[in-house]
Amino acid sequence: MTLADRLTFAWHALSAYPLRSALTLLAMAVATSSVILLNGLGDSARRYVVERFTALGTHLLIVLLGRNETRGGPPPLLGETPRDLTLDDALALLRSRVIDQVAPIVVGEAPVQYGNRSREANIIGTTAEFLSLRQLDMAQGRFLPPADPHWAKPVAILGQTLRKSLFSGEAGLGRWVRIGDRRFRVIGILGSRGQAFGEQLDEIAIIPVASAQSLFDTPGLFRILARARSLAELDKAKQDIESILQVRHEGERDVTILTSNAILGAFDKILRSLTYAVAGIAAISLVVAGILIMNVMLISVAQRQPEIGLLKALGATTAEVMKLFLAEALLLSLLGAMTGIGVALVTLDGLDRLWPQIELQVAPWSLPGAVVVAIGTGLVFGVIPARRAAQLDPVVSLHRM
Amino acid sequence: MIELTAISRTFLVGGEPVHALRDINLSIATGEYVAVMGPSGSGKSTLLNVLGLLDRPDRGSYRLEGIETTTLDDDARARLRQIRIGFVFQTFHLIPRLTAEENIELPMILAGNPPSQRKQRVAVLLQQLGLTDRAQHRPSQLSGGQQQRVAIARAVAMEPSLMLADEPTGNLDRASGSDVIHVLEELNRQGLTLLLVTHDHELGGRAGRLIEMRDGAIVADSQTAKGVHP
Repeated sequence: MTLADRLTFAWHALSAYPLRSALTLLAMAVATSSVILLNGLGDSARRYVVERFTALGTHLLIVLLGRNETRGGPPPLLGETPRDLTLDDALALLRSRVIDQVAPIVVGEAPVQYGNRSREANIIGTTAEFLSLRQLDMAQGRFLPPADPHWAKPVAILGQTLRKSLFSGEAGLGRWVRIGDRRFRVIGILGSRGQAFGEQLDEIAIIPVASAQSLFDTPGLFRILARARSLAELDKAKQDIESILQVRHEGERDVTILTSNAILGAFDKILRSLTYAVAGIAAISLVVAGILIMNVMLISVAQRQPEIGLLKALGATTAEVMKLFLAEALLLSLLGAMTGIGVALVTLDGLDRLWPQIELQVAPWSLPGAVVVAIGTGLVFGVIPARRAAQLDPVVSLHRM
Repeated sequence: MIELTAISRTFLVGGEPVHALRDINLSIATGEYVAVMGPSGSGKSTLLNVLGLLDRPDRGSYRLEGIETTTLDDDARARLRQIRIGFVFQTFHLIPRLTAEENIELPMILAGNPPSQRKQRVAVLLQQLGLTDRAQHRPSQLSGGQQQRVAIARAVAMEPSLMLADEPTGNLDRASGSDVIHVLEELNRQGLTLLLVTHDHELGGRAGRLIEMRDGAIVADSQTAKGVHP
């Protein structure tokens, strides 16, 4: 008997009980589509995060004060770290051959005032390098001028939203605003960037680092952004920063250095395992669908005993009967999986239209995966009913009416 | 054609051994028309099953066209059934979801014959049995006589040399019963060895040879007037 004949025979057998077959198929379709859907959603979320992160630049290093590792000895009595990160620390990093840009960062909150309008905003104090390090672009005017970072020049760059709420219709460029108790001249407006991981760049004001230090009355920095010349030199850059700052801090290794690459890797890993976990839970429904297939096939074998006896009388071998019933289980699971794939594709496409910010796609390996799993389910759960059919005694089953 | 030597078959029913066949010796020549009669439980159905290779005897030898069948494995017996033996049952045993045509085609599908050859053979058989206009009907849309003729067409599709019929008219009215018997007798005239099991004395009387069974043994074996076909 050829495979095509076997499948035709199985198809006839399944269509003889349309409701029963359709319900089994439905269970298989629901299981398959939920696995594909959850995989697709998880994978799309992961890709979204990775893309956003890559946009920040992958060979950035972030230097923070404090070390997050356990050290021996009693804890320090006063405060955690006695020393600040200073502007000169930041400038010293440029001595490394593999670091090409450094931007010191001071962060604070202060009211920004123009005329009678005032608005509380995040203030970032930094240098000209910040623009290229964070890959920002200007809508109008220019960014901080490249000058001595110690010079507290009274100039400010505003985010889009902040500009709108202060100046409404006016351009704002060239005006004087009051930040805290100082006056700054607006020399530039940032291009709209939307939101990137909690930093609402549209609502900030950027001023020179020295101005921010005196505004917030702090000698220290919030953090230092540095960029390695290339991705390959990221590790070397990290070592250089560590040794330069160790020397400047009298031998204390009191900074933590994050690479954006490492953060990206961590996010990628977390979201990947989350996707697998969720898809794994959905896979339980595949097992349930498989058991349903087995159940339906067992009922079918019991009902069709005379037919099985007849097939044997007509010369079907044990193996042939087994193959016939396996073909039925396989057809059920494959048709179910195909339906499930269709449903998942249509659903994802609909969600994608509904939610255009995130590009929703089927995880590429999940389609062949679904087909393979469906074939596996059909075979595994079809074996017991098929064996039962194949082992029936022809004499006994022929006389079961 | 058929050579049974000292065939025995014992079943255990409720722990008690029941001797369905006791020491049967029987030989049937090619082209014979044999009727097996006897009361219920006389062993005639078991004899039919053994002859049809559906059941294995406990002891003895069964040679079918010179082949010793008792030592063959299940697959070899299945293949022998496929090409040498046709079955006709009292309850027809047609597959209800398949059309008349598809039911007739089934043994050839199982044998793996190519579709074009199958279609040709089915067309010939439908015509021979006067079923051409019923080809697309399902069993439920056919009369009992028509169903049994479809079953006969299926039984001879692979051109077997032995036809085993178990009460072929048992579920039919008189007219369609005699119709079916005429079809079987015509096939026998064309050279097919025909063995039929029946309760019906009139039917038994038509055969060339009448075997009577009781308690698993052959009690009478007589050539009737019609004799063996040459």
